[in-house]
Amino acid sequence: MSTVTAPSATSIGRKPSTMAQALSRALRDAMAADPAVHVLGEDVGTLGGVFRITDGLAKEFGADRVTDTPLAEAGILGTAVGMAMYGLRPVVEMQFDAFAYPSLEQLISHVARMRNRTRGALPLPITIRVPYGGGIGGVEHHSDSSEAYYLHTPGLHVVTPATVADAYGLLHSAIASDDPVVFLEPKRLYWSKADWSADAPQEVLPLGRAAVRRTGSSATLITYGPSLPVCLEAAELAVAEGWDLEVVDLRSLMPFDDETVCTSVRRTGRAVVVHESSGFGGAGAEIAARVTERCFHHLEAPVLRVAGFDIPYPPPMLERHHLPSADRILDTVARLQWEEN
Amino acid sequence: MAVLEQPGTTDHPNTPPPDWHPRTDPDPLLPERAPYRVLGTPTASRLDPALLRRLYAELVRGRRYNRQATALTQQGRLAVYPSSTGQEACQIAAALALDPQDWLFPSYRDTLAVVARGVEPLEALTLLRGDWHNGYDPHIHRVAPLCTPLATQLPHAVGLAHAARLKGDDTVALALVGDGGTSEGDFHEALNFAAVWQAPVVFLVQNNGFAISVPLEKQSAAPSFAHKAVGYGMPGRLVDGNDAPAVYEVLIEALRRARSGGGPTLIEAVTYRIDAHTNADDATRYREQAEVERWRAHDPIALLERELRDRTLIDDEGIREAEAAAEAMAAKLRDEMNTDPVLDPMELFEHVYAERTTQLAEQAAQLSAELDAEEEGSPYPESQER
Repeated sequence: MSTVTAPSATSIGRKPSTMAQALSRALRDAMAADPAVHVLGEDVGTLGGVFRITDGLAKEFGADRVTDTPLAEAGILGTAVGMAMYGLRPVVEMQFDAFAYPSLEQLISHVARMRNRTRGALPLPITIRVPYGGGIGGVEHHSDSSEAYYLHTPGLHVVTPATVADAYGLLHSAIASDDPVVFLEPKRLYWSKADWSADAPQEVLPLGRAAVRRTGSSATLITYGPSLPVCLEAAELAVAEGWDLEVVDLRSLMPFDDETVCTSVRRTGRAVVVHESSGFGGAGAEIAARVTERCFHHLEAPVLRVAGFDIPYPPPMLERHHLPSADRILDTVARLQWEEN
Repeated sequence: MAVLEQPGTTDHPNTPPPDWHPRTDPDPLLPERAPYRVLGTPTASRLDPALLRRLYAELVRGRRYNRQATALTQQGRLAVYPSSTGQEACQIAAALALDPQDWLFPSYRDTLAVVARGVEPLEALTLLRGDWHNGYDPHIHRVAPLCTPLATQLPHAVGLAHAARLKGDDTVALALVGDGGTSEGDFHEALNFAAVWQAPVVFLVQNNGFAISVPLEKQSAAPSFAHKAVGYGMPGRLVDGNDAPAVYEVLIEALRRARSGGGPTLIEAVTYRIDAHTNADDATRYREQAEVERWRAHDPIALLERELRDRTLIDDEGIREAEAAAEAMAAKLRDEMNTDPVLDPMELFEHVYAERTTQLAEQAAQLSAELDAEEEGSPYPESQER
C-alpha cells in the first residue's frame, strides 16, 4: 500500500519521488511509447509548465509534440479535438482549475459527446490535465475544486490521484484510454513524496477502481485527491477516541466504484464523505445518495459529509478555515449516532 | 510659474521600444475592396465549361434539396430545417473545390455543402430528423458532423489540419461559419491558432446578412469580415457568394496556398439568406420584403444560368435535365423520409464510453425492463415494482 507520507525502506529499487515527478515520468513514458501522444498547453514547452510537470519534454520530443499554445483554453481543447479526430492522442494541460472554464463549452458540447454523436466513429482519446484544489496559498482563481462540473457531464472520465504511485499509474491509464479523461491533479500534493521509482515495475491501474488506504471497522471515510492525507491523519487521531476508521480513496469519480465503497460501508455501517469542494451539489452529495441507496439496511447512521463551505473559494489567509481538517472530520465522525448502540 | 523641463529633448531621446519591429506587412493581407466577381465580367470567358455545367447542376439540386427539406418539416418528418436558399453557390462551390483527402467542418446550415461532398441526402438530415445527432460516418467523405454551437467547429478544423501537417499529409481543412458565428470567441481563437501554427485550413464566412433576426450592423463594426484576417496575420478574401465560379476560384487558390505550406486564409462570401432562419422563424418581423427582392434579383442560379446560356453551354434541354436530376433526388429523399426510422432505444447507452460503466449498465437494464413492460402493455415496469 502506498501512502503520501512515510517512505518505506523495504521496497527494493525505490527511492523518494514527488507526485510531480511521477506525473512527469508518466508523460515521458507515454510519449516515448506512442508517437501519437502530443502535449499542448500554456507554457508547457520551454518552461516545462508552471508546475514543471512537462519539464524536459519539449527538449526530448521536440516542439511539434510538446506545444506552447497561444493563451486560450477553448482553443487549446478545441484544437485537441481536431488532432484527436486525425488520430493523435492529445494530452492537454490547463494551467489552473479556474483557468479551464473557457474550455468548458468545448468539453461539454464536443469532447464529451463526439463518440456518442457519431455512434462510435469519432472517439476522442484526449487527456485534460487540470491542477486543482486549494491549500497552496494561491490567490483568487488558483484554488478551485472543479470536479462537480466535470462529473455532471456524461461521456467524460474524471480521475484524481492522491498518491505518488497512483499519479503515475492513473495518468498512464488516462492517456491510454480511448475516452476523454479529465485528470485532476491535486496541487497541494504535487510535492508530496513516497518511495516510488519509475524504474521499478509499475502496477497497471485501471480507471474506475477505488483503493482502501486504511482498513478499519468503525466507519468509512470516503475521499479522493487532495483530501486523502487529511483523512488518513484523522483516522490516526481517531484511534485515541476508540474509532477504527477505514479510508477509501476513490481515485476515479467517473466511473464510480460502487463495489469497493459499498463493500466497505456495509462492513463498517457508517460513512463520511470528505472533499474540499463546496458541499451543495458536490460530488459528496452523489456519493452519499449512492451509498444510502445501496447500503441502507447496513447503515447505523445517515451518511454525513465534510466539505468546503458553500462560499467562493476564500483568500489564502483564510483558506484553512474552509478546507476540511482532521478535527472537522472527527467532529463529524462523532455525530454518527454512536450513543444509540 | 516655473517652466517644467521637457523630457525627451536631450537626456531622454525619443527612441523606439527595444526589439520592436514590424512583424507582418499588413498590406498584402488586405482583402479586395469589393467582392470578387467572375460572372458577367470579361474573365468569365476563361471559365471551364465542364466546371460551370457541374456547378449549375449541383446548385439546382441544392435548391431543390432545401425546398424538399422545408416541405418535410411541414409534414412533420423533420424536427426543424435551417434553409440555405440563396446560399447554394457559396456552400456548393466551396465543397466542390476540396480534394478527396480534405476535411469539411460544417455548421448546421451547411447541409448542402455536406451533400455536395458526397454524403447521402438522407444521412445529412439525421440531426434534423432527430433519429440521432449525426447520420454519417465522418471518415467516409471526411465531413465532420454538422455543428450546432456556433463557431465551435472552427478550432476542430485547425487542430485536424495541424495534425495532418505534422504527419506530412496533403490535407486541408475547410471550416464554414456564418456572420453571427464570427462574434463567438471560438472564431477568434481558431483564427489565431491557425495563423500562429500556419495550419492548412481555410475559413469561409458565409455572410448571409442575418444571425436569426440580428442584422449585420448589430453584429460587427469591422470594414468586412474578410478584414478580420489581417489582425491574425493571414490573408483575407472578399467574394460574391452568389457567384459560384468566383467562390470556386477563390477557394481553389486558398486551398492551394494552404496545401503548399502557405498557411490559413479567411474568406468572406457575401450572400443572403432568402428564407427565414428556419421553418419555425418569421422573417417578416425583422426585414423588408423589398430587401429580399433585391437579393432575388441577384440569384446564384439565375446568374450562372445566364452565363451558361450566353455562351451556349446549356440549352432548355440541359436545364430540364438538371431539374429532372434534382427532382429524382428529391423524390428519393421524400420516399426515404416517409419511412419511419428503426430506432433501438438501447443504443442510447451504446456509444457514451468505449466500455459501458457499471452505472450505465444498471440504467440500461432499467430501460430494457421498461421496454419489455411496454411491449407487454403493463404501465408498471418490473424494475419499478420494488
